[in-house]
Amino acid sequence: MKITLRNPRREVEVQGPMTVVALLQRLDINPESVLVIAGDELVPRDARLADAAVVEIRPVISGGAGT
Amino acid sequence: MKCRVCRGPAVIDIRRHNAAFCPDHLVAHCEEQVRRAVHEYEMFTTDDRILVAVSGGKDSLALWDLLVRLGYDVDGLYLGLGIGEYSDESGLYTVAFAADRSLKLHQVELGTDFGFTIPAAAAATHRSPCGSCGLSKRHLFNRHAIELGYDVVATGHNLDDEAAVLLGNVLRWDVSFLGRQHPVLPAAEGFARKVKPLVRMGEREMAAYCVVRGIDYQVEECPMAAGNRHLGYKEILNALEDRSPGSKAAFMFGYLARGHERFHAEGAEERAELEPCTSCGAPTPKGVCAFCKLRERAS
Repeated sequence: MKITLRNPRREVEVQGPMTVVALLQRLDINPESVLVIAGDELVPRDARLADAAVVEIRPVISGGAGT
Repeated sequence: MKCRVCRGPAVIDIRRHNAAFCPDHLVAHCEEQVRRAVHEYEMFTTDDRILVAVSGGKDSLALWDLLVRLGYDVDGLYLGLGIGEYSDESGLYTVAFAADRSLKLHQVELGTDFGFTIPAAAAATHRSPCGSCGLSKRHLFNRHAIELGYDVVATGHNLDDEAAVLLGNVLRWDVSFLGRQHPVLPAAEGFARKVKPLVRMGEREMAAYCVVRGIDYQVEECPMAAGNRHLGYKEILNALEDRSPGSKAAFMFGYLARGHERFHAEGAEERAELEPCTSCGAPTPKGVCAFCKLRERAS
């Protein structure tokens, strides 16, 4: 799987298939802090990602003073 | 995972509600949560003119979208902070959002309208850029709401933001801030009413709402916010939430139900003692307000 991460933007390859929750565990990412988007589809934590999947792990945490 | 409502394929799970939703029912869930917050805390009615403080990020654009969908009279105000490409991009997302939906957007630029930027303010004061940013936003959103005749300023602070602020206030036992931490700050002399309609919404839900509604927003984090204290509190709370779903909501809504009234008098007392700034007229404890002092030092 080709995984895009943000802040900073970078790409990593991970052997699939695996579930979203397993992928996040592998990358040591708290599921509460991200969305996972496979192709153009938002997917929940039990979704199974194929080895050929193109995945974005999008952080949802914003900091600073906020508006 | 299946949608709790229609049993179709879910796109997001929300563990604190023990629920998952398909795109359509995620939107319905967000609308219902905002509707409940607006009614529960008596934030505003369809008779009020609302000004949403928009940053180009997920929360403020989602809030604007939700309030329009719920039938409120709402315009936007964008404040350009002068943080290089980050601010340029945030402005583009905001302008595109408003233009695509034919919504009214007011724009203020710190650099051209007030002679300084957030990086310049941070350098001049040797203080956190987030402090200068928050001060400028609070001052200018309030000032423009009053000058433009709006009844209410609505901000995109969500449950995660509020829980993180509450944790910081409790760690310092800052009774004045605790007294003012509420989804509604009523109008007073020199202050527009200030409301937080997303207080029942988690940060993941707001980002997911933007994805399913096709709202393009600025995903990248502000380069000046990296490592700030607020983000550290959010990490701690998310670690708790992962182990014990519902912790953030229990912390925040327990405070509002059983803690806030114990500190309310402290916040109200401080507000009652304010007098007009000798430079701009905004409420301030004494003499020249913090925003005018910042502007003088940074410009």
